[in-house]
Amino acid sequence: MTAKLSLRDVAVRRGPREVLRVPELDVREGELLAVLGPNGAGKTTLVQCLALLERPAEGEVRFEGEPVAGRELALRRRMAAVFQESLLLNRSVESNVGLGLTLRGMPASERVGRVAHWLARFDVAALAKRSAKRLSGGEAQRVSLARAFALEPEVLLLDEPFSALDQPTREALIEQLADVLQETRITTVFVTHHRDEAARLADRVAVLVNGRLRQVGPTDEVFTTPADETVAAYVGVEVAAAGRVVDETDGLVVLEVGDREVEVIAHGFTAGEALLCLRAEDVVLSPSGLEVPGSARNHLQAVVRRIVTSGAEVRVELDAGFPLVASITRRSLEDMGLAVGCSVVASFKATAAHLIARGRDRIDA
Amino acid sequence: MDLIWDGVGEAFRILATGDRDVWEIALRSLLVSGSATGLALIIGILAGAALAFRRFPGRNLAVTLVNTGMGLPPVVVGLVVAILLWRSGPLGDLNLIYSPAAMVIAQTVIAAPLVTAFTVAALGSLPPRLRPQLYALGASRLQMLWLVLVEARLPLLAAIMAGFGAAVSEVGASIMVGGNLKGETRVLTTSVVQEVSRGEFAPAIALSIILLVLIFLVNLVLTSVQQHERSL
Repeated sequence: MTAKLSLRDVAVRRGPREVLRVPELDVREGELLAVLGPNGAGKTTLVQCLALLERPAEGEVRFEGEPVAGRELALRRRMAAVFQESLLLNRSVESNVGLGLTLRGMPASERVGRVAHWLARFDVAALAKRSAKRLSGGEAQRVSLARAFALEPEVLLLDEPFSALDQPTREALIEQLADVLQETRITTVFVTHHRDEAARLADRVAVLVNGRLRQVGPTDEVFTTPADETVAAYVGVEVAAAGRVVDETDGLVVLEVGDREVEVIAHGFTAGEALLCLRAEDVVLSPSGLEVPGSARNHLQAVVRRIVTSGAEVRVELDAGFPLVASITRRSLEDMGLAVGCSVVASFKATAAHLIARGRDRIDA
Repeated sequence: MDLIWDGVGEAFRILATGDRDVWEIALRSLLVSGSATGLALIIGILAGAALAFRRFPGRNLAVTLVNTGMGLPPVVVGLVVAILLWRSGPLGDLNLIYSPAAMVIAQTVIAAPLVTAFTVAALGSLPPRLRPQLYALGASRLQMLWLVLVEARLPLLAAIMAGFGAAVSEVGASIMVGGNLKGETRVLTTSVVQEVSRGEFAPAIALSIILLVLIFLVNLVLTSVQQHERSL
């Protein structure tokens, strides 16, 4: 399948500094690709290149496999973009939503229906006649989304569209966007530094750090098997400890960590050093001395070192011979009567753990 | 004090009786300075947009020149335009010296830097990401320029006021390139200078009142447009 939009050997510089280098990136037809990374990673620059708003110093952007050079305006008119700021013009809401259509020369008779449909789709039909300067942040961003969708674009580029919004508004809008995208199947690039947004929406994730793509793959894969420590940090995988591979049989690796041994399903690890990674929610705690139920292969005696509560979630930091973090509910915390200094058994499946080869993380953040 | 009160009284008599000369002079002022403002707007807005949006070597120097241009002495402008348009000068063949067109040129040179500087400031007050957003919505270069100018329309009205104010108040250059010829190039300011030099204060006061009212009316219209927009 040809990619809808792709970058080849792209480099962007700001003065002497190279802010983006992407040897290859494909946005596939109909997919939602999330670009995840910290602030200043070059995410916006990447979107600017994809949106044909910035010409890279090197390399090329391709639309359906063909270089874009010379037909930027025509191609921009097949795409739409929403940025972090809603950037509405000082005129009515409906005039803003119809703006892109006006620019394409669509007659008013046709435009009116299209605008009304998308205003309603994002729950802002009642604001149609209002001045766009008199909207709340959430309303303005809904209008901005309606303005982009009204174009019925082939490619949609979303650059942190929810970052400036408060949490409840953000969550409501993400759900609404997810529904609309599900319906329309528009090829979408969604840039964010919130991993929950990426996890919720994306088919594939590209992790961008310091202007370089560290890992590109299906969302599940990136979230469970990060390629290196930086990616691990970005997708919320805790790097527990460094260990030494002591045995490997049919993909079941035995890793010696301190004076403990853990079993991990991993490929390509036969010897040498490796980092053990675990998601905090994959670590299960049970009181010491009890029979541990379930299929987990790893059971480690541990001592509670610290308990951090945030909302209904509790982060329990453990010493299991190496530092380990478990995420449990407040309810379980109370049921087990956990407190700092308590002994517990920490369990995790061999499939839940993930290994990263040491030294893969050369270009550090 | 009598001099002043007699003058003011006489002035109102001239205004009330509708002295043809006075009104003709006022109309010419409006036409010459209005045209100059129009030209200055075209030049100033394009130059201002280039300075606000483009990054090029020498941009800082260009901005400094524009700012210097805001304080350009009208006498110097008059001198340069007069030399250029003089019968034996480089543009002498155009036969423009001592014509309203020459005055329009001089006033345009005076007003354009003001309009440019106001345009740079007005466009600079827009969100920096607005232009990429407009391009992303499918705007061509011209469409983008039009949209940002419309978006900056309120601060741009200040450019019109400043430009017109500078053009219509200007006197030195107008005399030098226009010559204050009765019925041809005599405008409010040049006429005031002449009347005062002859000791005729009453007509000078009448003309000055018209000049002030003219500037007031233009600003009144523009300001009410501005306020109306702002309250929407």
